[in-house]
Amino acid sequence: MTAVYEARHEPWDETRGAEIIAEHASQEGATLVVLHALQKAFGYVPEAAIPMVAQALNLSRAEVHGVFTFYHDFRHKPAGRHVLKLCRAEACQAAGGDALAARAEARLGVSLGNTTADDRVTLEPIYCLGLCATAPSAMLDGRLVGRLDEKRLDALMAEAQR
Amino acid sequence: MSMRLFVSRDAGALAVGADEVALALQQAAATRGVAVEIVRTGSRGLYWLEPLVEVATPHGRIAFGPVTESDVPSLLDALASNTPHLLRLGATDEIPWLKRQTRLTFARCGVIDPRSLGDYRAHGGYKGLERALSLGSDAILTEVTASGLRGRGGAGFPTGIKWKTVAQAKADRKFIVCNADEGDSGTFADRMIMEGDPFLVIEGMTTAAITVGATKGYIYIRSEYPHAVEAMSAAINAAKRGGYLGDKIGGSTHSFDLEVRVGAGAYVCGEETSLLESLEGRRGLVRAKPPLPAHHGLFGKPTVINNVLSFAAIPFILAEGATAYADFGMGRSRGTMPIQLAGNIRHGGLFETAFGVTLGELVDDIGGGTATGRPVRAVQVGGPLGAYFPRALFDTPFDYEAFAARDGLIGHGGIVVFDDSVDMRRQARFAMEFCAVESCGKCTPCRIGSTRGVETIEKIMRGERVSENLAIVEDLCNTMKFGSLCALGGFTPYPVLSALKHFREDFVPAPSTLQAAE
Repeated sequence: MTAVYEARHEPWDETRGAEIIAEHASQEGATLVVLHALQKAFGYVPEAAIPMVAQALNLSRAEVHGVFTFYHDFRHKPAGRHVLKLCRAEACQAAGGDALAARAEARLGVSLGNTTADDRVTLEPIYCLGLCATAPSAMLDGRLVGRLDEKRLDALMAEAQR
Repeated sequence: MSMRLFVSRDAGALAVGADEVALALQQAAATRGVAVEIVRTGSRGLYWLEPLVEVATPHGRIAFGPVTESDVPSLLDALASNTPHLLRLGATDEIPWLKRQTRLTFARCGVIDPRSLGDYRAHGGYKGLERALSLGSDAILTEVTASGLRGRGGAGFPTGIKWKTVAQAKADRKFIVCNADEGDSGTFADRMIMEGDPFLVIEGMTTAAITVGATKGYIYIRSEYPHAVEAMSAAINAAKRGGYLGDKIGGSTHSFDLEVRVGAGAYVCGEETSLLESLEGRRGLVRAKPPLPAHHGLFGKPTVINNVLSFAAIPFILAEGATAYADFGMGRSRGTMPIQLAGNIRHGGLFETAFGVTLGELVDDIGGGTATGRPVRAVQVGGPLGAYFPRALFDTPFDYEAFAARDGLIGHGGIVVFDDSVDMRRQARFAMEFCAVESCGKCTPCRIGSTRGVETIEKIMRGERVSENLAIVEDLCNTMKFGSLCALGGFTPYPVLSALKHFREDFVPAPSTLQAAE
């Protein structure tokens, strides 16, 4: 399964990582920009990259680690082949999002925030996609889906499990 | 002559199939040999009608919706033969939900091609900046102050005073920062305007820059909004090419550069000092105020930090004059507010109107009640930190002070509707849990209070010493409200206490139920 994952992202490579860091390091307040760029390339921020970022930005490893762990977006390991995000905020709760989240957890056999054993699907909560007038909503690998119901959710899960 | 069609590229429309409809229109037209031009606009904000398809006619645009792929062949037939269609809504501008709005900020949203600087200018864009350049700093400040515009992010601080403070500050560098970290559930106005009329935000920020003497600006957009990031970045590039960003803006002596920065999933970064920390590349820890960002903001320099909607209100104020804006509204809330109707609602979307409309009008009349058809029981106004209002308070006018007087807030103008199946204990618990997850951790009342709040509400849910634990929650809320460093810990008590106050029956078992159980 990891082979499929690697089709979307490059495998970690120190030279490539250093290139990416150097490309963005000169910006003011570059830490988040650099971490985003690393995650975009590799699908996560490898632990080995943290001291490299620290050195390039003249920060301590602790400072970079602190930033990396503060923000929900940054991954310390690769996600599954597909990432299914379900909006769990109030507008989607009001429109039946709780039951849909429970259905997804039951069908996929993982709780929110986890990846299926076969590495196919990472199921994650998201706190507001800004689609609150067409709630409940979801995002599958960057594709938005509104007016989510059982049928649409099942179709998304089937697509993600393929 | 080709037929001009308009289909939204707004994320809310894409989520319900706008791309598929646009593609189907293109293909079906090609099959029939009909020449069509499909313009991808922002959304008009009538989300229950999305995907909305509009066609240009000599008498204005005619709307159809909600259109699915399977409707496309019959829709094209109807358009070609000028015959009726089931989804025909009539002239877009005459749709009552749109017609009764006062669209000052959202005038162009859903109308123009957001990728086209030419389209923006053809619809009155950059008139405000042109006038601002001729007025000069002092006169702009007078206009902005006289308009009565208050920070649309939620705090409601007068924009003119903020700008004046930065204008008067002496520094080698000043910054303009746009807070586009629209994290409140039930709000999407920032997203819509960034996707549907991005040059408006750029024009507002540029006006701020020439007023206070700033040369660099940042738009901090949350990562959950990839389409807004793309739209703003494209507009910035187009504005640079068109001479509206960079050196000698609009032929003047002013220079201003703008950059998009993307957040990383931290709700607290919507708090302005946390956002500045994040922009500087650090953890989003809230800063103690004072010093204010106006004196000591981004990289320690004087900084104007405003919400997207505040900047977006500026071009109208400059183009049409302060009075034209201030003529709308009530009390100290002047102008219009882009209100967002969301959650379990029949007619959800963006409703821009003058301050003063009542909550009941918004929910029942304009919103049409719940989508499920069940009775409305509670509405949360102003995001996760806003109070839950029962029907008994539906006479509250939409106004900063009127909501504050009833222990609520209008925040960023989001209204989330719940029907009678809602369990208010769960909503109160969620408010505390959300605060616990999103707390930056800097102050104790927020960091620890929220976790203790979750635990105590769970005890209530299990029926453990209910009245004692309710007293603890109320006491805890007071500590959080008065002891927290920022609005995250300070306002989390609003949803919790309002749930306790207005929906007490959900927390305390009714005596009659106990008797019946005996």
